[in-house]
Amino acid sequence: MKSKRYIRQTTLKEFGAEAQQKLSKAKVLVIGVGGLGIPVLQYLNAMGVGVLGMVEQDVVDLSNLQRQVLYSEPDIGAPKLQVALEKLKAQNSETTFKTYDTFLTPKNALEIIADFDLVVDASDNFATRYLVNDACVILKKPFIYGALHSFEGQVSVFNYQGGPTYRCLFPNMPNSAEIPNCNDNGVLGVVPGIVGNLQALEAVKVITGIGENLSGTLLLFNGLQQSYQKIKFQLQPENLNIKQLQETYEDASCVNIAAVSLAKLQELLKNKADIQLIDVRTENEYEDDHLEGSINIPLVEVDDRLDEINPDKPIYMLCETGKRSKIAIEILMEEFEESTFYNVDGGMSAL
Amino acid sequence: MNILLFGITKDIVGCSSLSIPVAKVSSLKTVKALKDYLSNTYPDLKKLSSLAVAVNNNYAKDNTAIDTYDEIALIPPVSGG
Repeated sequence: MKSKRYIRQTTLKEFGAEAQQKLSKAKVLVIGVGGLGIPVLQYLNAMGVGVLGMVEQDVVDLSNLQRQVLYSEPDIGAPKLQVALEKLKAQNSETTFKTYDTFLTPKNALEIIADFDLVVDASDNFATRYLVNDACVILKKPFIYGALHSFEGQVSVFNYQGGPTYRCLFPNMPNSAEIPNCNDNGVLGVVPGIVGNLQALEAVKVITGIGENLSGTLLLFNGLQQSYQKIKFQLQPENLNIKQLQETYEDASCVNIAAVSLAKLQELLKNKADIQLIDVRTENEYEDDHLEGSINIPLVEVDDRLDEINPDKPIYMLCETGKRSKIAIEILMEEFEESTFYNVDGGMSAL
Repeated sequence: MNILLFGITKDIVGCSSLSIPVAKVSSLKTVKALKDYLSNTYPDLKKLSSLAVAVNNNYAKDNTAIDTYDEIALIPPVSGG
């Protein structure tokens, strides 16, 4: 069965039985089973990669379905790892799967990655991306990078045979306030499919040695123009000189902000407490659904709309998950040092 | 000079490319000078602590020399997955 299963690719003279053999012996770790990780896993699994690892701790949410095409409506609320494992096993029973029911952290990264030959970074945040880079540099493992912004994608191969790394392009992690993530900014459903497939292709090339992989080249994909741009970049040798992971990769925010639950906030509103509630989500999000008595000042406009805020009343800040509202509080704390701020923990998603 | 804008830089400037007349950029000799010029025109660019610049499809440093007919790309990191 095995030889027939892969015959369409082993027939390719540049690929052949030899490359198939290399795939079957490869151990690939995919970090994140979301928009990027799903196409990567589906194709590497279909094509016959021997061992596939998956790191994920999230559950399937309705808003995932427009781009995370492995998941279906009945899967909502179930752990992604469990759903993906079941479906991928049915797709190819010959693959060995290793699942890690956790997010990647500085405590577990080296131990998890050490068992694999190749890593695919399919995560959705900078903290994990820099952690993957540093761990792969320490362990001398190549990794396939892919990342998205609305209609665009970036793909590259980092740390391949002493080649350049993520830090050679972007030396330091930006703070979360300057670059929005998919949840805040949006992403067109098909774009992660394209970028993830490009990552899968690079993974196959790195494993089998066919063609020219993207080591030393950043591929920029623009879905609206249907254009690809290739940027050449070099190794900055100091970036290979990582001896240990940072203790944390989260934002170095040392401000202590009081938190309040959504339920508590609703109680205050019901009792007509003398507070002001500011919703810092976008206008569209606000129109979709908002709490009565809240005013909408999108995070990007907070700086310019300070006159709408009364520094003498307690200020409750709200967004979808509690992240943007926290950033807004950090901005406002500098302006209104005497005011009392509360961050609504978990935001509107706790409704 | 043609400047291609990616990621958040496109959102800040409001379009995917900028064409700057030769007369305006002839005094800009390095990537750093161009960055400063653009940051003055589009102040939100200053907030980007980590921004890669490519000159003719090659990653450039602040001191890389630029010519009026070069193609420049502003490439911020993106995090989505």
